[in-house]
Amino acid sequence: MNDLTCFAELDTFIDALPTKKGALISVLHKAQDIFGFLPTEVQDHVANKLDVPASKVYGVVTFYSFFTMQKKGQFRVNVCLGTACFVKGAQDILDEFKKELGVDTGGVTEDGKFSVDALRCIGACGLAPVITVNGKYYGRVTKADVKGIIAEYSSKGEEANG
Amino acid sequence: MARINSLAELTAYKNAALAGVSKYLANDSEQTIIYVGMATCGIAAGAEAIFDALNDEVKKQGLQNVVVVPTGCAGKCYAEPLVEIKKPNADSVFASGITADTARKIVSEYLANGTGDYILPNKGYGKQVRIALRNCGIIDPTKIEDYIAVGGYEALAKALTQLGRGGVVDEMKKSLLRGRGGAGFPTGLKWEFGYKNDEPKKYIICNADEGDPGAFMDRSILEGDPHNVLEAMAIAGFAVGAAEGIFYIRAEYPLAVERLYAAIAQAEELGLLGENIMGTGFDFKLSISLGAGAFVCGEETALLNSLEGKRGEPRLRPPFPAQKGLWGLPTINNNVETYANVPAIITRGADWFKSIGTEKCPGTKVFALAGKINNVGLVEVPMGTSLRDIVYEMGGGLPNGKAFKAIQTGGPSGGCIPAQHIDMGVDYESLGSIGSMMGSGGMIVMDEDDCMVNIAKFYLDFTMEESCGKCTPCRIGNTRLYEILDRITKGKGSEADIEQLKELGQVIKNTSLCGLGNSAPNPVLSTVNFFLNEYLTHVNDKKCPAGACKDMVRYVITDKCIGCGICARNCPVNCIHPTQQTLPNGKFLHAINQDQCVKCGECLPKCPPKIKAIIIE
Repeated sequence: MNDLTCFAELDTFIDALPTKKGALISVLHKAQDIFGFLPTEVQDHVANKLDVPASKVYGVVTFYSFFTMQKKGQFRVNVCLGTACFVKGAQDILDEFKKELGVDTGGVTEDGKFSVDALRCIGACGLAPVITVNGKYYGRVTKADVKGIIAEYSSKGEEANG
Repeated sequence: MARINSLAELTAYKNAALAGVSKYLANDSEQTIIYVGMATCGIAAGAEAIFDALNDEVKKQGLQNVVVVPTGCAGKCYAEPLVEIKKPNADSVFASGITADTARKIVSEYLANGTGDYILPNKGYGKQVRIALRNCGIIDPTKIEDYIAVGGYEALAKALTQLGRGGVVDEMKKSLLRGRGGAGFPTGLKWEFGYKNDEPKKYIICNADEGDPGAFMDRSILEGDPHNVLEAMAIAGFAVGAAEGIFYIRAEYPLAVERLYAAIAQAEELGLLGENIMGTGFDFKLSISLGAGAFVCGEETALLNSLEGKRGEPRLRPPFPAQKGLWGLPTINNNVETYANVPAIITRGADWFKSIGTEKCPGTKVFALAGKINNVGLVEVPMGTSLRDIVYEMGGGLPNGKAFKAIQTGGPSGGCIPAQHIDMGVDYESLGSIGSMMGSGGMIVMDEDDCMVNIAKFYLDFTMEESCGKCTPCRIGNTRLYEILDRITKGKGSEADIEQLKELGQVIKNTSLCGLGNSAPNPVLSTVNFFLNEYLTHVNDKKCPAGACKDMVRYVITDKCIGCGICARNCPVNCIHPTQQTLPNGKFLHAINQDQCVKCGECLPKCPPKIKAIIIE
């Protein structure tokens, strides 16, 4: 999907809203769904469409951790750092991903394939420590599993590209 | 589908469901039910493949009286993927650790012979009393027929046709139900504020922004029994005179959101939500708003700002939301679990509710047990149940024979409760009296390997990150608390730091704008109070007794070493080498180069268990 069709899809969503009053957050959710992240051009566009100051849009985007202004990897690794996962060693799992992929928390690998983020509790504490990759859950993860999970997606990426 | 226009039509619909699609829920059902837990944790553990395998095997064997039902969470997360088998007139049994293959065996082996090594020894739910979770794990949450078959929407019918608005408020006040989100404000009183307000337009809100890390009861209720909460919100709307209700739910809970949308559509189709509900002229429209990952939005005034499309910063109170809430109009906001109690109270009466729990806090509370405990999961127990019963009886104790050290309740707003208080009965007052709080009901069990200073630092890291930044005590005070804790865990603290923690913590508690700041120092203050010695060891001896504060830990190889070199081969940074010293077996004693060691702990479990030459200092 190119930018033009992305903006058109977003406009269709906004125009169909029953009211624009208080709609900013749901519009940003939709925009992030479409674009994958919320760069300033998208924020400016939303501000114009909803007739609110761009500064307000920026204020909201930066306030909520769910919104991101940075492009994420093709495969988004999220490590849950809720308490249950933390006491079961989630920090070690996060460190292992960072070490194996050579990125910091919030960073993207140079080839754009992986990004690593720490996530707030996803409520699957029974399976702690939990990680998700593009929304797929992995429970009771150990440090030894990390390489295997990365390998699972590395090959997928190649298939997709090749 | 035809709309339901009266209690008689609701009863007729219920009877039709019990004779048809929800037949397995009838009291005299002769069907054997195989339940598959298909909430988020179940699906993550592979429940979908199990569900398909069970269905396939039942079909293959041509079993007429066996039905496979996808259901919500039974609360036994430790056993996921979980299958529950309920034969007619028998206690249900649970099968754990199921794969698609064992699923087939359940049908071919267990149903025929009544044996199988995957069956858990504990039957049923033990000492639990399930009110909020009463349908979770029993009905198919995606079918409104199931909910109506177990008496659903009868409370709404009773409220609309028998009790009237004032009657509902009176019953709720009489029940003494208190907010299960943590603060414990009497629900009936809150509803009365709304009821007495003359403003023509009012709002009902369900707070499903379950941000407390380690708590997942709201997610389970919404995934396992969504109609229960919808019905309660409609009852609340009727009582306070609101025609509009809004769910504020975390974007991190996609399955719950999906089930809510489906449930609302089903209820609207039957005329149980929307316009002219059950032909009584009462209109109630429900919508869903997604949160965007901000813990502070669980605070009700911050939540209102977020619903208005603003940054989720709390408002100054008064005016309270019941007076001036969303868009300046009266707004009644309750938590998911609070709502989940309402239909049962209206149907069975306040006196029944008061017969459960304690005098001041009737009813039950759902706790999410996690951390170092065998049976991780949800338990619903009467208020006043002792921590010991919860941890050892329902939780099955701690794994690996480790000693109980503390239990953390109330998440980032609560405190750590040490072993000496384990026989305390749990309610709002008792937890508050020892510096913790009920919170939303997360309980994290900690053992001897957990460092209390490090845990306090973990929570402060969370609140520091999640502070909205509006008021100074919370924004700067909590950052300073974190910095002091960080210093202590790095072996750079002093006794004066501990005094400063106490003083600053108290100031933040007294002067912050909202509940987040008021309670953020609790994890620090309660650990300083109950585990002062641990803090003193950190600042005076520069040691972490639990071995959790990595900067103070040294891994050392003792003279028990047999020179096998396994540790050296497994060291990721290659910092273990043989020394010049010869051992009796002719090999060389190994040593860790402390300057290069990254304290990953990789070597410790690799040393042969009979030798155990590596120790933490």
